[in-house]
Amino acid sequence: MTTTIKRLLIVSPMLMAFALGLFLYQGIGKDPNNIESSLIGQSLPAFNAPTLMSPNKNVTQVDMLGQPALINVWATWCPTCRAEHEFLVGIAKQEKVRIFGVNYHDQLTAAQQWLKELGNPYVFSVSDPKGVLGIDLGVVGAPETYLIDAQGVVIDKLTGELNERTWPPLRSKYLKLLEATN
Amino acid sequence: MFKAALASMLFCLASAVLPLAQADIKSYEFAEPEMAQRFVDLTTVLRCPKCQNQNLADSDSIIAKDLRAQVQKLINTGQTDRQITEFMVQRYGEFILYDPPFNKATMVLWLMPFGMVLIGLWALWFFGRKTHNQGAMLTPSEQQQLDQLLADNQPPSRD
Repeated sequence: MTTTIKRLLIVSPMLMAFALGLFLYQGIGKDPNNIESSLIGQSLPAFNAPTLMSPNKNVTQVDMLGQPALINVWATWCPTCRAEHEFLVGIAKQEKVRIFGVNYHDQLTAAQQWLKELGNPYVFSVSDPKGVLGIDLGVVGAPETYLIDAQGVVIDKLTGELNERTWPPLRSKYLKLLEATN
Repeated sequence: MFKAALASMLFCLASAVLPLAQADIKSYEFAEPEMAQRFVDLTTVLRCPKCQNQNLADSDSIIAKDLRAQVQKLINTGQTDRQITEFMVQRYGEFILYDPPFNKATMVLWLMPFGMVLIGLWALWFFGRKTHNQGAMLTPSEQQQLDQLLADNQPPSRD
């Protein structure tokens, strides 16, 4: 055996062990709930469902197009949704962000009451009591917020609370989309 | 002894888990009995996206219930196992598979065991090689000397 091969034999498993260590190390502290949505880069799924405020009127994905927007999945049983609601009302009012709601696995009257009491940041909320649209969107649990462009292509997804900390990165993407549309 | 202990342990585990799973299936209706078995198999290999260390069959979260109902619906509408798996992957990504395919993202996962074996083989070779060398280090004259010493110290025969 030549010395170079010998040296290689001695060193390469060490390198492999080191690489493995590095690989495992970079996984420490990662949030396992942060799974990248497989919907990113794809168009919104087709749906046809009533809205929360006028249950006799159906809307479809086409009603969400034309401008970049956020789609916020929420429910009255979800504490984090309660926590982020004021923030949603804020950006809808002050920054004129177009937000659509998906009222997920909820009761109609409770949800209507919630919007009356806490304010309604949504252009409309799609009523999804059985989670049908939820499955097509790949919703894991409320709250989740999707950023879509004017053509309805999903650009990004936030799992968890939208607040002062999580909004800025999403906001810069939203503003870029807004610039591209106007 | 050990085998018996292991067997009884496995039995306890199985009896603790199986009745639960079976009780759950009964609430799902299927057109044909073989579909119920497919339902069990599919909900076992599909992972719950919310409670990530459970499969769809075991989890009680809202999303797992929804997805179980969805699997039931798809089976009853005549979809194949493959179509159902694709339906889930399209929406929830490969994350939802407990038996992920080999690709760029899962390469490390699949190749790591072989790497571990390589490291093990290397360790055997690396730590085994020193003792080997010692024997080979004797020169012919030293070897002769050693043979002589061993021959001189032969224990006297007993008979």
